[in-house]
Amino acid sequence: MPIIEATGLARTYQSRKRVVHAVRGVDLTVDEGEIVGFLGPNGAGKTTTLRMLTTLLRPTAGHATVAGADLVRDPVAVRRRIGFVPQAIGQTMGGTDNQAKVIEELHDQAALYRIGKADGARRAKALLSQLDLGGLGDRLVKTLSGGQRRRLEIALGLVHEPPIVFLDEPTTGLDPQSRSNLWDHIRRLRSDLGTTVFLTTHYLEEADALCDRVIIIDNGVTVAAGTPDELKRHVSGDVVTLKVSGPADRARQLLAAQPIVRDVAESDEGLRLTVEHGEEALPALLRAVDGAGMTISSISLSRPTLDDVFLTLTGRSLRDDSPSSTGKPTADATQQPDLAAAASRK
Amino acid sequence: MTFIHDTLLVFRRQVRLLLREPAFIVIAMIQPLLFLVLFGPLLTRLPIGTLGGRTTGDAWRFFVPGLLIQLGLFGSTFVGFAIISDWRAGVIERFRVTPVSRLAILSGRVLRDVCTLVLQAVLLVLVGVAFGLRAPLAAILVSLGFIAVVAIGLASVSYSVALLLKSEDAFAPLINTVVVPLMLLSGIMLPMSLGPGWLQGISRISPFRYIIDAMRSAYAGHYWNSLMAEGVAVAIGLAIACLFLGSRAFLKENA
Repeated sequence: MPIIEATGLARTYQSRKRVVHAVRGVDLTVDEGEIVGFLGPNGAGKTTTLRMLTTLLRPTAGHATVAGADLVRDPVAVRRRIGFVPQAIGQTMGGTDNQAKVIEELHDQAALYRIGKADGARRAKALLSQLDLGGLGDRLVKTLSGGQRRRLEIALGLVHEPPIVFLDEPTTGLDPQSRSNLWDHIRRLRSDLGTTVFLTTHYLEEADALCDRVIIIDNGVTVAAGTPDELKRHVSGDVVTLKVSGPADRARQLLAAQPIVRDVAESDEGLRLTVEHGEEALPALLRAVDGAGMTISSISLSRPTLDDVFLTLTGRSLRDDSPSSTGKPTADATQQPDLAAAASRK
Repeated sequence: MTFIHDTLLVFRRQVRLLLREPAFIVIAMIQPLLFLVLFGPLLTRLPIGTLGGRTTGDAWRFFVPGLLIQLGLFGSTFVGFAIISDWRAGVIERFRVTPVSRLAILSGRVLRDVCTLVLQAVLLVLVGVAFGLRAPLAAILVSLGFIAVVAIGLASVSYSVALLLKSEDAFAPLINTVVVPLMLLSGIMLPMSLGPGWLQGISRISPFRYIIDAMRSAYAGHYWNSLMAEGVAVAIGLAIACLFLGSRAFLKENA
């Protein structure tokens, strides 16, 4: 059953004489118990959409139901049923006060949802141990490490046991260890409590590792949705790179004639073949080359990454604006399928 | 009632956070205290009658109400700074996605600020008494009431303007541009009646001119006159107008 259903959700701003379409039309469905990643380049409308879905911003068009309540007609009911963990970087931080004690933040949060004192204290205690914050209750928020603070912010979003929680860039700014630790917590949310998780992220490996499904937004419109595997398969096939002894032209012709090969291109490393199912293609390719009396001196198979999907759909690499980007080519850049070929199939 | 529950919830949180840094309560008082200690004694040396009244004790009965207005004006209009850092910490958004009354996010804070200001005003009056202020208790209570009513309105506006600007760099000059002329025109240091006609004329646009006149009248022992009626009407009118303006930023669907 869908827990979020949005159609044509849009937000326009009127500034002076110009109309700015921050979000043009978002259609999305999230089922109960899913972990869904919401991806998009900076300025694509990710945050605006999230703010609309969490009642922080009123849509100018479209409608949506979130956790069974109408977003526009009954925002208070939506607020009662959702958890929201704001992003902790950029203009605003994650919502905790430096001078407050950890336990006070949890108690206050419970009171904000009108949970009684005893119940609130019980929930706070459970969350502290659930998120590995046991023993930190009396610490001031400002003394927490980045990872601890982020876990506290997530705990605040869970105080009222919401059926769905929105996480805005949950792991941005955390070191790799805290990040994978947080992934475990997010997975456990779903497996232990059945909580639906809707998260935005800059990290494609995060979407790949954590999310059942990915929704991609670009220019204010949702452009694709599916499991990471579906998207990869749909957008760009696997790439086989091989070197053949013998005349390159003949090898090329031979391989291009194979029905499993979608595309052939020459590169420094040899021939780059785009194929549908890489594992199944390899034996067939070996046989074909063998049969023609040539030998393969090297062969490798690489699968497309979500970044390739992203590049194909939006024309931009998500890595470009990721805070971890170093400006240098990434280590696996050479394994990425041929960009032009991927784009031509679009 | 949920609004009262929510207001008290925000109030308790804000008081708890303030008490963690109690120095702030005193820091906000330093300016009026300096005026009281370093400037007040000068007024007692003015020729008797300059400030109205017939004794040197009248100088303190003139000056302390002025300092209370100064405390109230600065104390309440500067509260907006705190909400900018709260906004930046994400605390405002965190509250706005919960079912808590959005107006309570404002009212709980304002309640805390009014309590703080009244406490500061009591301390200021006590220091004034130590320096020679002699005024009826009823008059002091009336002046505290004025401070509280003014603070409710000004703090509300300060919070909402700060939340709209979201920048200390824009907020600070704006507050100074508005508050300093209002303060000067209300006749805090010297009676406006000493000024030339044009200055007396424009001083009539400062609501604090009326409020301070009413307070001084009370300190001189006169409670039932037109000055008091005007002062009460202006203070309540100002508070209602400010509350209306101030609550709008918090009730907005989008912020």
